[in-house]
Amino acid sequence: MTLDLYGFGPALAAGTLMTIKLALSALSLGLVLGLLGALAKTSPYKPLQWLGGSYSTLVRGVPELLWVLLIYFGSVSLLRSLADLLGVASLELSAFAAGTIALGLCFGAYATEVFRGAILAIPKGHREAGQALGLSKLRIFRRLILPQMWRIALPGLGNLFMILMKDTALISVIGLEEIMRRSQIAVTSSKEPFTFFLVAAFIYLGLTVLAMLGLHFLEKRASLGFVRSAA
Amino acid sequence: MNWELIFKWLPRIAEGAWLTLELVAIAVIAGLILAIPLGIARSSRQWWLRSLPYAYIFFFRGTPLLVQLFLVYYGLAQFDAVRQGPLWPYLRDPYWCAIITLTLHTAAYIAEILRGAIQAIPPGEIEAARALGMSRAQALLHIILPRATRIGLPAYSNEVILMLKASALASTITLLELTGMSRTIIARTYQPVEIFFAAGVFYLLAAYVLVQGFRLLERRLRVDACQGR
Repeated sequence: MTLDLYGFGPALAAGTLMTIKLALSALSLGLVLGLLGALAKTSPYKPLQWLGGSYSTLVRGVPELLWVLLIYFGSVSLLRSLADLLGVASLELSAFAAGTIALGLCFGAYATEVFRGAILAIPKGHREAGQALGLSKLRIFRRLILPQMWRIALPGLGNLFMILMKDTALISVIGLEEIMRRSQIAVTSSKEPFTFFLVAAFIYLGLTVLAMLGLHFLEKRASLGFVRSAA
Repeated sequence: MNWELIFKWLPRIAEGAWLTLELVAIAVIAGLILAIPLGIARSSRQWWLRSLPYAYIFFFRGTPLLVQLFLVYYGLAQFDAVRQGPLWPYLRDPYWCAIITLTLHTAAYIAEILRGAIQAIPPGEIEAARALGMSRAQALLHIILPRATRIGLPAYSNEVILMLKASALASTITLLELTGMSRTIIARTYQPVEIFFAAGVFYLLAAYVLVQGFRLLERRLRVDACQGR
């Protein structure tokens, strides 16, 4: 039995590209949000701690799909009033933008916890050494804490990225033409749902394997000069 | 925020929440039962016994749940053998498709948790059981599984929360659980923010109750007393 894609191969390839684009842009947003969340949670100021804590708890307690739908459909009325305010004809969130925001938000909430763990894992002496050298707070974070956090946070972030990549399938619900949406379109004309969804599944598997390999490479690079502790 | 609207639709939303809880409860219990043989086989020393559960776990953890749902709900209908088979009344019902897929999906994750737990048991304890004259099956039943339960319980409770959130995907195959019900209500009222807000509160509440329940269970089973720290 040979695999007949009814000429939908290029469409699926385009969908795969879209999935990768979406995953990477959500990753960038999520990393920024996660870092900010972790900084807020570990800061000495109570209101900031509260803000970071409620961000990660609220976002993690609600399904990703609900965030996607809420941001996509919920932003309509918000953007309409904003458009009235600015005097523009209409403002609309594209499916890609809504997907990036929703997935970035969810990634960021989990990444907050990963980064927080990494910040706490850095010995206090390093910060004190920076202070003793007269470095500013920002500099201590940028030159001392951040480079060391990377190695500790990487395995956790890698897991989150794999979850993120699978969650990109959710954005098909609001019509973004990524792998799942393209497969659904192919199914309506070919009437072969199993074939196309299985192909989609194997594309995701391939992406997961690629991400695993990339992560392995990054982890190896990040832990140069460190002895792996005997666990 | 239009509170009146939320209160008006609250009974329907609660109805959806009930279906969500039902799906999750069935999936995590059936998934656990399915995961026990999978997890044990996965931690076997024989490669041929290990490889089949490995492939299963790899597939279900490496692909999105949405794809799996669509494969079962839409995909199986492609085959005449399935459509004429005795299981067709179940396989064309979104409720059973959701339960089957969620169970298969979570079983892969639970099996992996179980494998980690089995491998985390100090080998000395298993050797001690064998030295006392227990058979392999006895050691498994009286030493390995009770020990693995306690090591794996915190991870299992995480998985249950993840399944609570994953069950929202059942709405994509027309099931009216919490998310599906909210989408239906929104299609009639055009008030996405209020209704999704109410649904979100329900999810948070359910997650909170589950977390507290597992905390209680962990105390009952004296999980921290057995960690050997």
